[in-house]
Amino acid sequence: MTSMLEQYADIAGEDVVEHLRQLAGPLKNVTVIHVNSTRMGGGVAEILAKLVVLQRELGIDSRWEVISGESQFYGCTKSFHNALQGKQIAIPDALLKVYEETNAQNAALLRGALEEADVVMIHDPQPVPLSKHCPNRKGKWIWRCHIDVSRPYRKVWNYLRPFLLDYDASIFSLAEFVQPLPHPQYLIPPSIDPLAEKNIDLDPAELRRVYDQFNLDPARPILLQVSRFDRFKDPVGVIQAYGLVKRFLPPVQLVLAGGGATDDPEGDEVLAQVRTEADGDPDIHILRLAPDAHRTINALQRAADIVLQKSLREGFGLTVTEAMWKGKPVIGGDTGGIRLQVVNRHTGFLVSSPEGAALRIRYLLQHTDKLHEMGRKAREFVKEHFLLPRQVREHLTLMVALLHGNQERIELGR
Amino acid sequence: MEIRAFAFKDCALTVIATARRAQNLREFKDILETIGQASIYYHFWGHLLRPGFDDPEYNNDFASWAHRGLHDSRLAESLSIIDPSDFTNLETLRHELIRVVEERLDETEMVPWVKADQQFHFLRSQIVVFDTGKRITEPEGLALILPHASVGSTFFHFIDARRRSPEHMDDFRTWLGEFGDECAQLREQLAAVDPYFLTLTELRSQLTLLFANYFGAKVS
Repeated sequence: MTSMLEQYADIAGEDVVEHLRQLAGPLKNVTVIHVNSTRMGGGVAEILAKLVVLQRELGIDSRWEVISGESQFYGCTKSFHNALQGKQIAIPDALLKVYEETNAQNAALLRGALEEADVVMIHDPQPVPLSKHCPNRKGKWIWRCHIDVSRPYRKVWNYLRPFLLDYDASIFSLAEFVQPLPHPQYLIPPSIDPLAEKNIDLDPAELRRVYDQFNLDPARPILLQVSRFDRFKDPVGVIQAYGLVKRFLPPVQLVLAGGGATDDPEGDEVLAQVRTEADGDPDIHILRLAPDAHRTINALQRAADIVLQKSLREGFGLTVTEAMWKGKPVIGGDTGGIRLQVVNRHTGFLVSSPEGAALRIRYLLQHTDKLHEMGRKAREFVKEHFLLPRQVREHLTLMVALLHGNQERIELGR
Repeated sequence: MEIRAFAFKDCALTVIATARRAQNLREFKDILETIGQASIYYHFWGHLLRPGFDDPEYNNDFASWAHRGLHDSRLAESLSIIDPSDFTNLETLRHELIRVVEERLDETEMVPWVKADQQFHFLRSQIVVFDTGKRITEPEGLALILPHASVGSTFFHFIDARRRSPEHMDDFRTWLGEFGDECAQLREQLAAVDPYFLTLTELRSQLTLLFANYFGAKVS
């Protein structure tokens, strides 16, 4: 059977994997434990499943532990998640007590392994207090924050911050997300997994099925935005941009594909607004997809001519990465991590208004040579910078750096 | 004296936030005065190993911010023309940066500022250097290995080296110096390569060509 490293070498290049092997050399038999709060579902679990296998193939004793709790615990951590992203949410003391007790119970089960590990990587806020319950820890503890904490609700941040003071380092996805902490704060952008269902190559028959399923005409241009129905993703602005294009290019079609049931109470309200704005236009396809409709999203991204991510505020924007990996130019809002990925006139265009988006859509549909050239460059850009092996490389570099002290220069012998 | 073999190395950078950020030009200047040298270095050279695109409009992060954030193309041009290779150390480079910014502040009626999401974030990096195990004993060997060098190796031996060597010289020239007059001309040609306006892949191609031309038929 082909190892996962070999599979990545086929996609990302043998030299990338060779680089990983060299970096992993000094980490042979180092024990790394990743801790999060779910084994299934969500981007973090998806990445961890692959990351741990890759690290093990590289000779690192990498493990993955999951903490568990009752529904009140998850209710509390969901509120943390929202508050850290800026929502003003009051969290009752009783829930905070559940949070701390749940961590104490999980620590009782995991303490032995966690205290012995050379590196412990705690993902997101759920397991953060575990460090307080491991007083004899001998390794380096790292907090990996996957969410946008650039403007957190201060009350909640001030509650969580003291737990983080014990950590040896933290990792954020973007410089904008960093909060002052008394330890090194590394920047590692997220990545996509080219071997995941959402990103693998698809059979043309599968694409044809998607055209049929959603009544799309493959002979006419397709614009696509994949995102939750959330005001910050500006789906209404996307429809306005489409409207401005439609006046000049009547055949154009628009697909807005978003998640299904959501715990965001605003979701339904925004969806209703989107439907009003669409005004029954048969060329606007508003799709509510199941959270696990990865293949369908994959097919839609491949079927589209241009992908939009016209966000007004964005964390990293992995949907941008996914679209670029499929060779599509992206017209994205000039914000957050979209700026790292969409390089004006190279991989797409950054825009600040529906008018700007419309202008760029018309330009690309008129200059199809540019559209294809940007799509090709977009795929290469992702291949070089935003695939999983790159994230693994940065984790390895960070671990080597931490285990060798916090010097500016670390020379490894052979 | 026996000439030591050239140890071919590779490197990776980890990027670390300093949590210091500027929202206007005066804050930017104040932070420039006290920020660690590692941050100055990173913002001049770090972009080479970061996601970006060939042929950036400006050659360092400070100039890019002046252009994209402050929309001050005059300042962006003045900052962009500062070539770090011209400076003997990072302190003199810092003073030049501050001089340019102060001059611009004196010229403007109001302190230029940016929106919250366009702040300048001061970063620094840690470099992890590892040995590829490849050893070169003859200068011709460099001609053979360079076309296959990773961007990390190119960065380490040609750019990072200038910070390590007391003469601010790349590793190739330092090593070739041990061969005396035999490689003097090659060293002169290497000295003429200005890496500041090149991406790492362009730099690798230029070095590859230079070595291939120099050794000519011997390599092929």
